Amino acid sequence: MSTTQTVQDTSAAPAAPVAPPNGDVLPGGTTITDAPPKSVKMKGVDVNVFYGDKQALFDINLDVGERQVTSLIGPSGCGKSTFLRCLNRMNDTIDIARMDGTITIGDQDIYDPSIDVVELRARVGMVFQKPNPFPKSIFENVAYGPRIHGLADNKNDLEEIVVTSLQKAGLFEEVKDRLEAPGTGLSGGQQQRLCIARAIATSPEVLLMDEPCSALDPIATAKVEELIDELRENYTIVIVTHSMQQAARVSQRTAFFHLGVLVEVGATDQIFTNPRDSRTRDYITGRFG
Amino acid sequence: MTDIASASSGGSADPDLHTSDAARRRLKARYASEFRFKMYGIAAVLTAGFFLVLLLSTIVGQALPAFVSHQVTIPVDLSQETLDPDNQGESVLRRANYDAVVRDGIRSLYPFAESRDDRRTVSGLISSGSAVRVRDAVLADPNGTIGQTSFTVPLDDTADLYFKDQVSDERRVVPTGTATPTGTQGTIQVLSTANDFRGLLADVKDFLAQDAEGVERELAGKERSLERAILDLASYQTRLPDVAESRRNFFEDQINILERGIVSLNRDIENLTAELADLQARSQTAGAEEALSTALPSVLVEINGGVVKASRISATGIEGEVIIPLQSTAAAVGEAWSIREIVLPERNRKLDDRSIVYLDLLAEQDRVERTFNTVFFTSGASREAELAGIWGAVVGSFFTMIVTLSLAFPLGVAAAIYLEEFAPKNRFTQIIEVNINNLAAVPSIVFGLLGLAVFLNVFGMPRSAPIVGGMVLALMTLPTIIIASRAALRAVPPSIREGALGVGASKLQTVLHHVLPLAMPGILTGTIIGMAQALGETAPLLMIGMVAFIVDVPSTPLDPSTVMPVQIFMWADFPEVLFRQKTSAAILVLLAFLITMNALAVILRKRFERRW
Repeated sequence: MSTTQTVQDTSAAPAAPVAPPNGDVLPGGTTITDAPPKSVKMKGVDVNVFYGDKQALFDINLDVGERQVTSLIGPSGCGKSTFLRCLNRMNDTIDIARMDGTITIGDQDIYDPSIDVVELRARVGMVFQKPNPFPKSIFENVAYGPRIHGLADNKNDLEEIVVTSLQKAGLFEEVKDRLEAPGTGLSGGQQQRLCIARAIATSPEVLLMDEPCSALDPIATAKVEELIDELRENYTIVIVTHSMQQAARVSQRTAFFHLGVLVEVGATDQIFTNPRDSRTRDYITGRFG
Repeated sequence: MTDIASASSGGSADPDLHTSDAARRRLKARYASEFRFKMYGIAAVLTAGFFLVLLLSTIVGQALPAFVSHQVTIPVDLSQETLDPDNQGESVLRRANYDAVVRDGIRSLYPFAESRDDRRTVSGLISSGSAVRVRDAVLADPNGTIGQTSFTVPLDDTADLYFKDQVSDERRVVPTGTATPTGTQGTIQVLSTANDFRGLLADVKDFLAQDAEGVERELAGKERSLERAILDLASYQTRLPDVAESRRNFFEDQINILERGIVSLNRDIENLTAELADLQARSQTAGAEEALSTALPSVLVEINGGVVKASRISATGIEGEVIIPLQSTAAAVGEAWSIREIVLPERNRKLDDRSIVYLDLLAEQDRVERTFNTVFFTSGASREAELAGIWGAVVGSFFTMIVTLSLAFPLGVAAAIYLEEFAPKNRFTQIIEVNINNLAAVPSIVFGLLGLAVFLNVFGMPRSAPIVGGMVLALMTLPTIIIASRAALRAVPPSIREGALGVGASKLQTVLHHVLPLAMPGILTGTIIGMAQALGETAPLLMIGMVAFIVDVPSTPLDPSTVMPVQIFMWADFPEVLFRQKTSAAILVLLAFLITMNALAVILRKRFERRW
């Protein structure tokens, strides 16, 4: 959904970057509100993405800090989901999508021909906007990833991985008696936590979340947010969200996208209390978007 | 319009906008049109249902008689001495004269049938395949069969129909008088003391009157033709002197033809006039004695254990030929004799009076039994209606479907997966897609031509074989399966693909583990629809020789065979009533298979849907 909107919205020419009142400005016109994270897990350099003839992202330079939550905010169609999907090459599945620039994980360029996309996606897991458990049992949902990557040597190992993943996703207590029940029979919030369990079952280094709570009610959202906060200890998390409160609650760093341009990036409290770019300020104060 | 626009734009809506009379009328009109639409739908459904019921009831009504058959038990001499006097075993048994065994057996029931014609009539009562039946039984179980003194064989198809009351209407007259036959054999008279034959005579006269009407119509037609011919002739003759030299020959030919035609028309008219006069005279002289012919209803008199077929009839008696000899010339009173009228004239039916009388004798002796028609379900094709069965075609269809399924399903699903999930979207794949869609619309006979040209002529595969039929039908079914499978694959939500790709499944794993299982119900539905289409297909199979007359039931897909729809097509061509009935019965069998396949599709889908 968000990608198609991206296409439409970016057909308009990007707004000329407004010179920020102070702070550093990167080549793409991005305002850096604070120093980059101490330890960088993933790094995007001059990322441009095109859908056919339309450019969806313009010279994005963004560092993703290790073991912290980076949230991407911005109005619909601003390119935040597109950027997220570049991080595990999910955009490869779209025929007309084309990307240039470099994205690295550790020191490796993820778009390097020597990188196997299957391996990459095992390292960079993803949780989607709409809970999408496989129409299989809860156990199978979680076991699928480890199984295809050959992470478990035997059945016991596999069971352990499944149980651990479900525990980490905070779902185990709720479903321990019905691991063979279909995953699609769970409630929306449970399904989304099942998807998170599924994503962390392959022990990824980075976890991408594309508006994970937009289809959930407030209680389920609270649980998922709590979970994200716990997962931060072990995983690098990038989350796209429409809810600025959510970004403020769960993330340590926030990046604001607008019309395909990364407008401002910085520590979350900094961005929300003292944005330097006028567009960021307008957005977080609800003047547009 | 402007009111509404201003009202809505102004924000203060007219309070009567939705409650005024005009609004009520609009609402009413809306409901009325909805009601009409519903009624059209119901009418359409009812019409379709009516025609379906009509179709099914016609077919079932036609088919039901074909599911039973009549068999007759005849005495046979299957002694060791007759068949294999020197006890040499199978080789001699195989060559023994079973025709004679059967013929002698049935003839022994009619000792009085001495003339050649009568004996031929007797042999014609049972199926001509009887001897083969006996031989097969003997060869299959020599010990059990040799020494048997009776054997059950199928009746001939017309005889079978007679016992199903499908030969002619019959009327029995209960006589009141006392009848006296003048002899027991040959041509005799049976005279009654009362006017017991008056009703029959009147029937005959009615028949003559009807004939007379027919002749009158024919006569009128001939007269019109004559008039026209005379006019034409006159016109040619008047124009002849003025006509150009080059066309003179043509004119003279025409005049010759017309003159000859007029002569023959005049002769016909003369004959018809005489016939009409005769018929009218005979039909109008009520009570006068009348000669019977094969063009008139038959009258049979059963008296003193014998049967006489009338050749002349009067109000009080008949003269006729004895078919079954009478036991005596004693006078018969009341129920000891009866008169029977077979309404359909003898020349208009397959079974003559003599055969009918002979069959009645069999029935009287309790030799005829009515059984479920196992022959129909167990044997292959035959020229004899009573021996023809659907089993050969069923097995042929089965082999053909196996070949079709095993070729079309994997190929079709693989093609659909490639095109839907892997193929790049470019001009080339677009051309392939368009062509697959076009292929689905190609007339099936074209696939038959392709099979003939490629499979038979180039590859030299066997003619009439289910393997070739299956290959041709697989070509025909492929587009259906591909299109249905692609639709089913496309219907799988993209979130499933993303989920699988997101945990690092490769494209093929995504498809095989997640997409294909979800698409399977749709794919199976498409496949079964395609197979049902293939099962009912006739035209392409005609082209590759599956229309051949094949008696043996095929045992492998390489044996020549036919399939059910082609069998139906062939049977529909035969004139015999029993073949017509078997055509309907075969249609029912085909329908049963189709319904079973559809039921299977539903069950499979349910299974899959429950599992996921």
